[in-house]
Amino acid sequence: MSLRNFKIYRGDDERGELVSYQCEVSEGMVVLDVIHRIQADQANDLACRWNCKAGKCGSCSIEINGKPRLGCMTRMNEFEEDQTLTITPLKSFPVIRDIVTDVSWNYKQNEEITPFSPSEEDKKKGFVMMQKDVERVQEFRKCIECNLCQNMCHVIRDNEGKENFSGPRYMARLASLEMHPMDRADRIGDIKDKHGSGMCNITRCCTEVCPEGIQITDDAIIPLKERVVDRYYDPVMMLFRKIFSKKERDKTKSKVSSFLKMFF
Amino acid sequence: MLLKKNLLTDKLREDKWWISPMLVLFGLLSFVIYSTWAAWQGEHFWWSGGNEGFGGYLSPFYSPTVYIDPTKPGVPPMYHSLLGSWPEWLSWLPGQSPAWLILIFPLSFRFTCYYYRKAYYRAFSLNPPACAVQPIQGIPSKVSAITNGNINAFNSGNKYDGERGLLIFQNIHRYAMYFAVIFIFILSYDAFLAFFNDGRLGFGVGTFVLTLNPILLGCYTFGCHSIRHLVGGDLDCYSCSLYKDKVNHSSWKIVSFLNRRHQTFAWLSLVWVGLSDVYVRLVSMGIINDINTWGL
Repeated sequence: MSLRNFKIYRGDDERGELVSYQCEVSEGMVVLDVIHRIQADQANDLACRWNCKAGKCGSCSIEINGKPRLGCMTRMNEFEEDQTLTITPLKSFPVIRDIVTDVSWNYKQNEEITPFSPSEEDKKKGFVMMQKDVERVQEFRKCIECNLCQNMCHVIRDNEGKENFSGPRYMARLASLEMHPMDRADRIGDIKDKHGSGMCNITRCCTEVCPEGIQITDDAIIPLKERVVDRYYDPVMMLFRKIFSKKERDKTKSKVSSFLKMFF
Repeated sequence: MLLKKNLLTDKLREDKWWISPMLVLFGLLSFVIYSTWAAWQGEHFWWSGGNEGFGGYLSPFYSPTVYIDPTKPGVPPMYHSLLGSWPEWLSWLPGQSPAWLILIFPLSFRFTCYYYRKAYYRAFSLNPPACAVQPIQGIPSKVSAITNGNINAFNSGNKYDGERGLLIFQNIHRYAMYFAVIFIFILSYDAFLAFFNDGRLGFGVGTFVLTLNPILLGCYTFGCHSIRHLVGGDLDCYSCSLYKDKVNHSSWKIVSFLNRRHQTFAWLSLVWVGLSDVYVRLVSMGIINDINTWGL
C-alpha cells in the first residue's frame, strides 16, 4: 500500500478544474480502481463511465497524463510512486460531466455507412466462407468501440475534421464490409467523399492507441485509400477495368448496341 | 474554475514524446544532406582497381550509368554508358552529375511511401509531432518565433485538408513503386558485376556491401502497401475461384509479412544505400583499400 497523488478533471464542457486527490494504492490496482476508490471515499459525486472492467466494453476510455487509454487496463505499477497522475476526459468529445464524455457523434458516423448488403441469391442459398477470407475481416471484429482511436486521431482531435472525416474506427468498419466476400455494395465513392479517406495523412496514432492491437492504418485505412486510388487516381487501372471488367464490357456493349439500333 | 480548453491542453503528456520525431528528423535530414552532396560530386562513383574489363563496384546513387563524363576521376569507362557521353542539353545540371537523373525515382518512391509519410508528417511538418500532441501548422514566418518558443507563431491559419488538397499528389505512389521495382533489378545486376574484376570472378568487402544493398531495398520495396494491394489486397474473396485467387492470397501473405516490417526495412535500406555510396566513394578515392580476393 502506498499513498499516491492524483488530479482529476471536475466540471462540464465549458468550465472545470483539476482537483487534487490522494489515494491508497495497493498491488494489482488499475486506474479505474483508483477512480472508484476516490469516488467511494472522497468524491461521491464524481462521474465516471465503466462497465466490464476487463478491457472488452470500451466504456472507461479516459486520458491519463495526456494519453488516451482504458482506465481498466492501465495498471498503477506502470507509474513511478512519486508521480502525480492527471486523469482527464477524452479531449475530442464534449464533456457531459467530469471524465464522462458524449461520444454520440461516433454513432452518427456509423449510421452513415451503407450496411452489409449480400445478394438475394446468397441470402437464399447461403454462403460458405472459407477461413482465409474470414481471417482478414475478423481482425476488425475485435473492435470494442472504445473510441480511443477516434479521440487520438489528430484530424478529429486538433484539426476540426469532424465534418469531413468519419474517423479510424469507421474506416475499419468500412474495410470490414468492403473486404467481405458476401457483400455486394459499392462504397468506394462514399469512402472518398462522405467518409473522407483523403483526410487521413497516415500518422498512425490510431494504430498506436488501439487496445485490441488492430492494425487500423495498415489493414484498413491504407487498403481503402488504395481502392480509392484504383477508382479515381490511377489511369492505367481505369483503362484495365474498362477493357477487362465484365460489368464495364457489358455496359460498353449495351451502349454500342443502342447506338447501332438508331441506324438499323 | 477555468475554461475546459485551457485545462485539457497537450501539455499533459509528461513522457519524452519529442525523442522519436527528433531522431527521425536527424536521420532523414542527414541522408538528404549527404545524398545531395554525393549526387553533386559526379565523380568517384566507380572502382575496378584500375582495370576496365567486365565488372567493378558502382555506387547505387549512380546506377544505371545513363551518361558518363570520361574526363572525371573515378567514373566507369565509356562502354558502361547507356546513352554515351554527357550531352550539351544537360550542361545546366549541378556538377554535371548523372545521379540527379537517377535519384528522382527512389526519392519519389520514398517521399510518397506510406511509412515515410508518418515519419515526415510528424518530424518535419509537425502535424502532429506526436500522438495527442497539438499539431504545429505552417512554416514560421520569423526565426524569432522559434527562438521565443511561441508556438502560435507557427500557425499559418490554413484549414487542414489532409491529402485532399496540395498533398493529393501522394496518390502517385504506385507509379513511383513501378520504377522502384525496376531499380531493384538494376542494382541486383550491379551486385552481380561486383563479383568480377576485369572479368575475373572473386569477392571483396565491396561485393558484400553491394549485394546486401538490393536485398534490403527489395525487402523494403516488396513490402510496399501498393504492391500488397495490387497482388491481392484488392480482392474481396480468396476462395471464389480454383487457382487464381489462391495465387493472389499466397502473394498477399508474403507481401504482408514484409509489410509488417516496412518501417524496419525502410530505415535499414536507407542507411545501407547511403553506406554503399560512401564505401565505393572512399575506395574509388583511394582513401581506403578494398579487401578482396583479386589482389591475391
